[in-house]
Amino acid sequence: MTLANPSDFQPQGQPAPPAPSGGLQPEGWLRYLSFSLDHKVIGLQYLVCGFLFYFLGGALAGVIRTELASPISDFVARDTYNQVLTLHGTVMIFLWIVPVVNGGFGNYLIPFYVGARDMAFPRLNAVAFWLIPPAGLLLISSYFLQGGAAQSGWTAYPPLSITTPALGQVLWILSVLLLGGSSIFGGINFIATILKLRRPGLKLMQLPMYCWAMLGTSLLVVLSTPVLAGTLILLSFDIIAHTGFFNPALGGNVVVYQHLFWFYSHPAVYIMVLPAFGLVSEILPIHARKPLFGYATMVYSIMGIVLLGLVVWAHHMFTSGTPPWMRLFFTIATAFIAVPTGIKFFNWLATLWGGKIALNSAMLFACAFIVNFVFGGITGVALAQVPFDIHVHDTYFVVGHFHYIVYGGTVFVIFSAVYHWYPKFTGRMLNEDLGRLHFLLTFVGFNLCFAPQHWLGLNGMPRRVAEYDPSFTTWNQVSSVGALLMGLSTLPFLINVVVSAYRGDRAGDNPWNALTPEWLTSSPPPVENWIGDAPLVTHPYGYGTPTDRIDLNVATGRELWVGPDR
Amino acid sequence: MAIPSALVTLLLGMALVLAGLWVGENVLLLPLDASSNAPVYDSLFKVLFSIGTILFLGIVGLLVFSLIRFRRRPGDRSDGAPIEGNLPLEIVWTAIPAIVVLFVGIYSYDIYERMGGMAPLNDHSAMHAVQPASGSAALAAAHHPGHGDSMTMEASATADPDAAKRVWGGIGVGGDATVAGEAAVPVDLTAMQFAFIFHYPQGNIISGELHVPAGRQVELRMEARDVIHAFWVPQFRLKQDVIPGQPTVLTFTPTRPGSYPIVCAELCGPYHGGMRSTVVVHEPEAFEAWVQQNTLPPPPTVADSGTTATA
Repeated sequence: MTLANPSDFQPQGQPAPPAPSGGLQPEGWLRYLSFSLDHKVIGLQYLVCGFLFYFLGGALAGVIRTELASPISDFVARDTYNQVLTLHGTVMIFLWIVPVVNGGFGNYLIPFYVGARDMAFPRLNAVAFWLIPPAGLLLISSYFLQGGAAQSGWTAYPPLSITTPALGQVLWILSVLLLGGSSIFGGINFIATILKLRRPGLKLMQLPMYCWAMLGTSLLVVLSTPVLAGTLILLSFDIIAHTGFFNPALGGNVVVYQHLFWFYSHPAVYIMVLPAFGLVSEILPIHARKPLFGYATMVYSIMGIVLLGLVVWAHHMFTSGTPPWMRLFFTIATAFIAVPTGIKFFNWLATLWGGKIALNSAMLFACAFIVNFVFGGITGVALAQVPFDIHVHDTYFVVGHFHYIVYGGTVFVIFSAVYHWYPKFTGRMLNEDLGRLHFLLTFVGFNLCFAPQHWLGLNGMPRRVAEYDPSFTTWNQVSSVGALLMGLSTLPFLINVVVSAYRGDRAGDNPWNALTPEWLTSSPPPVENWIGDAPLVTHPYGYGTPTDRIDLNVATGRELWVGPDR
Repeated sequence: MAIPSALVTLLLGMALVLAGLWVGENVLLLPLDASSNAPVYDSLFKVLFSIGTILFLGIVGLLVFSLIRFRRRPGDRSDGAPIEGNLPLEIVWTAIPAIVVLFVGIYSYDIYERMGGMAPLNDHSAMHAVQPASGSAALAAAHHPGHGDSMTMEASATADPDAAKRVWGGIGVGGDATVAGEAAVPVDLTAMQFAFIFHYPQGNIISGELHVPAGRQVELRMEARDVIHAFWVPQFRLKQDVIPGQPTVLTFTPTRPGSYPIVCAELCGPYHGGMRSTVVVHEPEAFEAWVQQNTLPPPPTVADSGTTATA
């Protein structure tokens, strides 16, 4: 590992510049509990808040895997089990992955990448974050109220969601509406920041790839989340006011709900993985010491995924009585997402090829992401085929598949990104040995937990069940052991993150010798990101480039960084 | 940059393809096949499994090779080669997945057609009326929507939603017709929290288990009482949601006598995991015997309640 170069730009000598909004903002750690307008504070608020919900969601997963360690329903009551699985899905999607990969890293990194001092709408940004804790508390509190939390799954299909206890379901809707609102505010902010706040002279095609990923993601958020919001409002009318939008007893149509729901919730998959693709595109070149391969095709493939992602929703409904032409269209559209996605993976492999790869924790998690996501992508293409899907739809095969995408894909990238940017967040390095232990436990536990679920699904175990055929016991127990390992894996991570904040090696401003703009300032960065002008980085991936090819006249930020052999 | 010679690449590629084909042929992950479309499904599964294995092994092999071969040696602080792209390479790895995906899509469409999924029965344009009592009439209308009996067409054309009951989705008739000339065995399925109830219009049998003859087509007409359920028989490789307010039809031909589980695959409430039943595939004679044994004399009143026949 490259050690810290004592930078000639340590901010400790001078007083912190005043916060942009005046003198009422608290200083020090209290900032993180305040209505701060600093994008870096908000980013870390998202990140830490997300991790708290991740541990809650993980505990709920622990309940599920404990229940499924035996074929009979013997650990929790059956309706509690359904509440647990509903909360697990909702917490993990809406309170952990979406806020962290979008809000967390997006808020921290995007202003750096475009050369801005903050997001376009700092106040809206703070509002977007502060919608999340109350929404999360609302969701959790419903568990303790009469009737308990929602128990119709995170999909909340009517008529089940209309017939289960109303209070929990309505609070679930309210919570998801708040979180959707937060997501939309964030999306608008990212689009405005990326398109309108770029430093003069910085062209769109010179932006780091994460900006493109966030631009695509935010377009999806802004286009599809309102549909979910409208749908859930109609559903709440059905529950509270006994309207009949989705209630077949009153002439409603349950399949319409599914179309509307998946119109958001399939793009939601890309809202969860596209930012992860962007983060990986930042991490791989730095640790492989090579330029990102095929920048332009990476950009086009992101936009291709956005376009296709909007027109594939009905592949979640192949058994819902959709007409054949619709099945055919959605099969082909879905399978074709593999093409732009494949381009990205081949480009990452080409980025690694011939590099000088540092196998640190960040890189291990990023490479494991490639392995997991390729696996999940292959099962995804198979699931897109109607005849294949008709057998495994709503089974543990699907559970295995989407955990390979969202956990093996996005969560691995979140960990990779934490190892990568922690030095920037805190000014200190994370411990490598603990990091590798964390990686090993997570990787083994994850595959042990979710790989057997594919077999279970193929052989007849449906999803969302508390009891199952005894012939499936062995593989369920293997899966539960894997879940236990995943639970244990968070311990070295937690210890590492907490202890390193105080005792970690000093990182210096740019421990990885990176070229992207967030590394061209102090660690942690000052309030308005740079003291002096923002650097103009026109080659964010210019690794291996002879020094004379970088235009030193415009790269004003480069003097902040003295690389070892430049 | 060390690129393996063309010969090494070719040999590796061939080994990879052979490995994928071997895995597809020899690694059995699926349960017993017990319906006429299960072997069709299994051949699709083999193809997908082989392609998936080749892609997975190839990509992961390349990744692991890169991580070992191009790892940073201690003391080496230099950068890799400044390669920013390669257009021919990009075209190749755009074209190959596109071709593979297109091939898989067309192949699975063909499989789907052979399973009867594209039958006009499911088409919006061929909506037709189903008289609850006469399944074969509806079936005939489905087979020949052009010259179905005019009453049926009339009913579907009128805007009266009560008269025209629209049948949605499911695997329909057609395609892999098994025994020509023999009409399908009609069975009505009512799904409710938390049971499947089967009703045989011929013989007026009500049963909690599904009994079907091997080698004859069965037409399952499904409706849900309360919430969405799903009818799934893993050994038949078939699943169809049972939707309240929207009748669905599933047609299949069991082939292998035996007992197989029926599983509800759509979250339907607290006892969802316990909502299971059994389908018993009989030899044709045994099925006739079962029908004879369980047929009730024509009841004086509506035979809806309390006549559950034991299997």
